[in-house]
Amino acid sequence: METAAYTLSVLTPERPVFEKDVVSIVAPGSEGYLGILAHHAPLITALGPGKLTVTDPEGNVEIYAVSGGFLEVGNNEAILLADTIEAVSEIDVERARRAEARARERLKGLRTDIDYPRCYNAMARAQNRLRIAEALRVHV
Amino acid sequence: MAVQSLQDIRRRIRSVQNTQQITRAMEMVSAAKLKRAQARVNAARPYAAKMDEMLRSLSAAAEGLDHPLFEKRPVRRTGVVIMSGDRGLAGSFNANVLRMAERLLHERPREDLRLVVVGRKALQYLTRRGWKPALVYTDLGDVPDATRVRRMTEEITGLFLSGEVDEVFLVFTRFISTLNRRVVTEKFLPIEGAASEGDSAGDYIFEPSPDAIFGALLPRYAVTRLLAAQAESLASEHSARMVAMGSATQNADEMINQLVIRRNRARQAAITKEIAELVGGAEALK
Repeated sequence: METAAYTLSVLTPERPVFEKDVVSIVAPGSEGYLGILAHHAPLITALGPGKLTVTDPEGNVEIYAVSGGFLEVGNNEAILLADTIEAVSEIDVERARRAEARARERLKGLRTDIDYPRCYNAMARAQNRLRIAEALRVHV
Repeated sequence: MAVQSLQDIRRRIRSVQNTQQITRAMEMVSAAKLKRAQARVNAARPYAAKMDEMLRSLSAAAEGLDHPLFEKRPVRRTGVVIMSGDRGLAGSFNANVLRMAERLLHERPREDLRLVVVGRKALQYLTRRGWKPALVYTDLGDVPDATRVRRMTEEITGLFLSGEVDEVFLVFTRFISTLNRRVVTEKFLPIEGAASEGDSAGDYIFEPSPDAIFGALLPRYAVTRLLAAQAESLASEHSARMVAMGSATQNADEMINQLVIRRNRARQAAITKEIAELVGGAEALK
């Protein structure tokens, strides 16, 4: 099957991460996952923590953990502004595990000196990394 | 200068040479750090530019721009973020930032100001003058640390959102080129000037809604601005130090040249004196 390709650029506040041709991406929209194929209508959306699946024209699939950000689609290109993004192999499982435990510990009691939304978000990000790292290990 | 013994001059030369070795090493170290810092400044630009663009199409599309970070209030208290370096020996880098900051601080009564101090140099200077900063950040490292800047942004916007301050200014050094930098004062909060005439929302579909994306975008916009400011400030510091140490090395060269001339003259004088004494002694024996 011949599928049209388009360009995906991924940027973080620190640096451009990569730019390449893809045929499809599945991104973690804040309201649920969304798939983008070539010639998608112009779109701007917020992303939550989740899994980014990228398929290139050769059919290779790559999976990334995204902690949040934005996706803009238009002119047959997609630009992803990610807070942080890691390929599965780059995920620091130990660190994510520690972050998860720390957040969980903090969320236990009811205390006034804790910023709960922030803790909750930290936990969501850590769990997302762990989930994605785990999922891949099961597949391979 | 009074007549110096040959010994003294030789000691001076050695001491200047030692200092020169240090300044030369510092120049080279700063050059390496500058390269990294400059790369970071450039690497951060595409993201910042895209975010700017997104913010403009969003503000054209969003109904009410009533996000808390946009809120303009009558100003009772002003926050000032002062970005200096952790270390000295960087020419006028820290002094320039502090001079610009002083100008801003003099415009208002002390009790209406809240300071956010970045870098040990500004902290030393301001505490010596009796300021009690609301927030302090030191040990900045050689390139900005995104995680720390994120936390910093949260804490600074926290001051604004809690009503502790009603506006926040940023005093930092813009990096223009290795030889050129400029201290600037910019409004940081409330975020303003996002939408201008002629911006159009385009035909974008906004998911979930322009306002929701807006709410997610603005805090990150603040982070991006602070991160860029920090990156430029660090690059400026390294370049200022590199230039200062470069000219210190040159000055040491000049100093050594003069001392060498003086040393040779003193040595020649000593030899002449010895010969004169020998001749005098020989004459006396006749």
